[in-house]
Amino acid sequence: MSSIQAIGLTKKYGSFTALSNLNIKIEGAKCVGFLGPNGAGKTTTLKLFTDMIMPTNGQALINGINVHKEKKRALASVGALIETPQIYPSLTTREALSMVAEIKGVPHNALEKSVREVVDKVKMQVWLDKKVGKMSKGMQQRINIAAALLGDPDVVLLDEPTSGLDPRGMSEVRDIIKKLKKENRLIFMSSHILSEVSEMCDEVAMIDHGKLLAYGPIEDIVSRFADKHAGIVEISVIKSLQDSTLKRIRKIEGIRGLEKLDARRFNLRLSGGIETQQMVLARLVKLNVGLIGFKPSSSALEETYLNVFKETV
Amino acid sequence: MEKLNLGRRNVVPVGVRQMLIMTRYTFLDYFRSRRFFVLFIIALAIGLLLTGVVGYFKPAGFLASVLSFYSSWWGMSVTFIVILSAVFFGGDAISGEFQNKTGYFLVGNPIRRTSIYIGKYLAAFLASIIILAIFTAITLGNGLYYFGSGGVPYQFVESFLLAILYIASALGLTFFFSSLFKSSTMSILTTIILLLFVFSLVQTLVATLANIQPTFILTYGAQVISNVLSSTYPAAVTTSSAGPGSHFTLTTYNVGFYEGIAIMLAYFAATSIAGLLIFERKEFT
Repeated sequence: MSSIQAIGLTKKYGSFTALSNLNIKIEGAKCVGFLGPNGAGKTTTLKLFTDMIMPTNGQALINGINVHKEKKRALASVGALIETPQIYPSLTTREALSMVAEIKGVPHNALEKSVREVVDKVKMQVWLDKKVGKMSKGMQQRINIAAALLGDPDVVLLDEPTSGLDPRGMSEVRDIIKKLKKENRLIFMSSHILSEVSEMCDEVAMIDHGKLLAYGPIEDIVSRFADKHAGIVEISVIKSLQDSTLKRIRKIEGIRGLEKLDARRFNLRLSGGIETQQMVLARLVKLNVGLIGFKPSSSALEETYLNVFKETV
Repeated sequence: MEKLNLGRRNVVPVGVRQMLIMTRYTFLDYFRSRRFFVLFIIALAIGLLLTGVVGYFKPAGFLASVLSFYSSWWGMSVTFIVILSAVFFGGDAISGEFQNKTGYFLVGNPIRRTSIYIGKYLAAFLASIIILAIFTAITLGNGLYYFGSGGVPYQFVESFLLAILYIASALGLTFFFSSLFKSSTMSILTTIILLLFVFSLVQTLVATLANIQPTFILTYGAQVISNVLSSTYPAAVTTSSAGPGSHFTLTTYNVGFYEGIAIMLAYFAATSIAGLLIFERKEFT
């Protein structure tokens, strides 16, 4: 079973502690979101797992192998995307990916097929023989994702994988990650986009000031940290609502606030839990506002996030 | 051997194989880069300029003998070409991995940093050899034109091989500074200032003022490249008087054949090992 494990993992830069005694073990085929504010220690952790930096104390293990003592063995079945790497500008997409594939040990007779497979996944077929230096940041990020997928890795480490991508690119990367999950891989992914994490991940680990604050299945973490007496739902309507209709919605019992996301989407902050949701939904249907969507918002995770981090920021 | 099979189907290649993979792709990147083209033009321009000047003016100093031809033509220019190649290909070879974040594309893979460092070094070495080969071809073409079939003395072959050794040691030095700094500008400037100005200045100062043989300076060792082209190998030490009443004595040291080789080898070994150790420990922060 694939696993990543940090044992007392600590990273200090002089007097600044970037990561403090991190202990976590993640195993099995799942997607784990790694959350925390800027400077919390997320990228530091991922860099420690890929030997980009050395730990001050502790160990980073992948599949039980110490990354810093036996890097090649530890990373043999790992695909990693840390920050936003640049690629040698004079190489083409095919060459850059072939280089990584060869380094990872993809057999020569499977090289072309492997490269084409990952290029297809990130939809860069047209750019296969174009020089990387002439591509946009978003395109380069797609190639970076493709490089991480080469060699059929069991463990995939991603540091804000949708960073720099346009909305379509972000959606495609999410689809790729969902597919990877189905292929029985362990995905450990840092992100600031909570909707992305709640959509793709099974578990979350929350970190701040270099310390792990929470780790577990999303539902468990949400039920532990979110306001048990409140909830947020996102509603979508078929056409934009008039002010008078909005006023009527605000007056519905159980609604504490209404936040407009765009012309046809709103967040409703509720004063209660699941029963209040049921009641509000019934009232909205009765009001005939053209309701076409009603879902507990990813803000449940957002609210959890804010509750976890409000005192630490 | 370190054959690994922890992936689903792949066997991670051994270090030497990965090093050669790095060499191949880095060389491809160099070969297509603007810097290669610029250096190619510089080497070509120097060769063609000398061809034109010698062909038109027929200077006696060049054409007196086959050795004086190579000494004037090759001895004057080759060290400059070597230094430029080392700076162009080695100056930001490692610092660029940090500054341009190309290292982030490589280091997270199952490859040791040693393989990356040596692979990149070999690619820079090959690219420099190509530049040197262009200048050598122009030099030989002219030598054969002016002196016929006897136009390639064994001393020139020696000098050519020494120039290759100089490339190896100059690249060792540039890779060392490239490892030391995270800024490409800093590493390139430091190496170019050292190789073109500081070493020459220190060499002159310690030799003439302190009467110390500058065996600790790479460019002094590299003088063997032109020394072997002299009809009689220069004396180890020469002194001459200068100034009013000839009270001031100038001492000039000429590096010996084996001494020059030893200096270049020592620089190659020391700077390569130091550069590699720094890169091994440097963090991608």
